[in-house]
Amino acid sequence: MSRTRTPAVDGWFTGEGDGFRLLGTRCAACASVFFPREDVHCRNPECAGGALEEIPLSRRGRIWSYTDSRYRPPSPYVSDPELPWEPYALVAVELESERIVVLGQAVPGITVADLAVGMEVEAVPGVLGEDTETTWTTWHWRPTGVTA
Amino acid sequence: MTADVAVLGAGMHPWGKWGRSFVEYGTAAARAALADAGLEWRDIGSIVGADTVRGGYPGYVAGATFAKALGWQGARVASVYAACASGAQAVAAARAQILAGLADVVLVVGADAAPKGFFRPAGGDRPEDPDWLRFRLLGATNPTYFGLYARRRMAVFGDTPEDFALVKVKNAALGALNPYARYRKRVTAEEVAASQVVADPLRLLDICATSDGGAALVLSSLEFARRHGTARPVRIRAVSTVTPRYPSTVLDLPDIATDSAAAVEPAPETFRASIARAAYEEAGISPEELSLAEVYDLSTALELQWYEDLGLCAEGEAAKLLREGATAPGGRIPVNASGGLASFGEAVPAQAIAQVCELTWQLRNAAGDRQVTHARVGITANQGLFGHGSSVIAVR
Repeated sequence: MSRTRTPAVDGWFTGEGDGFRLLGTRCAACASVFFPREDVHCRNPECAGGALEEIPLSRRGRIWSYTDSRYRPPSPYVSDPELPWEPYALVAVELESERIVVLGQAVPGITVADLAVGMEVEAVPGVLGEDTETTWTTWHWRPTGVTA
Repeated sequence: MTADVAVLGAGMHPWGKWGRSFVEYGTAAARAALADAGLEWRDIGSIVGADTVRGGYPGYVAGATFAKALGWQGARVASVYAACASGAQAVAAARAQILAGLADVVLVVGADAAPKGFFRPAGGDRPEDPDWLRFRLLGATNPTYFGLYARRRMAVFGDTPEDFALVKVKNAALGALNPYARYRKRVTAEEVAASQVVADPLRLLDICATSDGGAALVLSSLEFARRHGTARPVRIRAVSTVTPRYPSTVLDLPDIATDSAAAVEPAPETFRASIARAAYEEAGISPEELSLAEVYDLSTALELQWYEDLGLCAEGEAAKLLREGATAPGGRIPVNASGGLASFGEAVPAQAIAQVCELTWQLRNAAGDRQVTHARVGITANQGLFGHGSSVIAVR
């Protein structure tokens, strides 16, 4: 039986392949950008509040910093306790035009040894995990010099 | 400037992994603080508890649980929770009652019994909770954020893992002298370098543990202190509990992204620096006047960050300040004379109170082997989840 592909979180990203984008919102009154999306009220304290419109974020950015998770994170992170823990890199990426830093996991196979502050990366579709019926999808950061 | 409040008593239950109830640690610390103040529990008009989240109904709603354990005597009660800044906000609430004339003398208590392993969010399926989401989507434990900050310092300022290890070596040597610390053994740079990487570039000995512990203070008006016969009490001159300003551009726990600075120019200083500046302004004191600082070294690299945020040195120069020995015993501005979180491990609601206990003993010239000479002015600094932070300035 094939699994259904379902976003691990609703409304934070869209598209496949080169069309993949993180989704934020932007205030129509003050142009403040929000990720994770803010759908109720603009958080700029100087803004009376405008309509919040969904926008795609820049696909590419530069690494602000990075680290990794050498030990198995606790629940609600889902991992198979039967399998040995495979560390993954975490990357904080600065998007230039939005002037925002967004954290994400690196694509599988990329370790901290492959990364550097200032390196260009892009948001790509990724898989957070699978259970019997569902493939939970997410965003990953991938160095632009790498093709998977 | 705001009026001072007196610190009449300070008390702690030793930090450790004792496997008993937080109520026991907090009550022991409270009794120690009352004894130190020369007061009886029945003399206390108000009690403020800092809550633990690990006891159901946040720490049984802490102030009342401690009041019951000490024996109900009708005192006014308040309880606060502010993540890692809970203890400092309990001090702030007590101080506000005293300065408003609502109470003469207030007991402040915080205690925790920490679980094993990483701190984790409360259970259930809660996709609206940012703390739950960062674990669910990224497996981003607290140490991974510390790793991000450490790597950023290495890239921007040239800090090295050896610099970070030196913080641990300094703090472990001080913790070895502190009977309330959990870790009483000196540590070498080689031992830090040989410990397991937890969140690159940080190793196990770069990261603070989670501990059981309890701390308490007896605070009063200066008038009450005089009547009580305390001639020169340690005085709290400032308690800063400011929040960040939009847009906050440092990735703070438990956030998955910073605010965007696309529409609004960020303030020239970071949230952490603003916490300290508010304390300096309230106290009318400048960084040059400090005798010592107790800072929240959740990691070794974060201790260096605080040197800059407290204005002990210019941005990027913290590792140099450390290497010169300025923040070691006998240096210009000893930092974490208590041994810091490196030697204690974090007992969340007790930790910011414990920082003030250390200032109190240092300013009384009663800190034994770890005494900072001629200690006259001390500062604490702390930061926690969800935009909480604190800084307390005490003088004598």
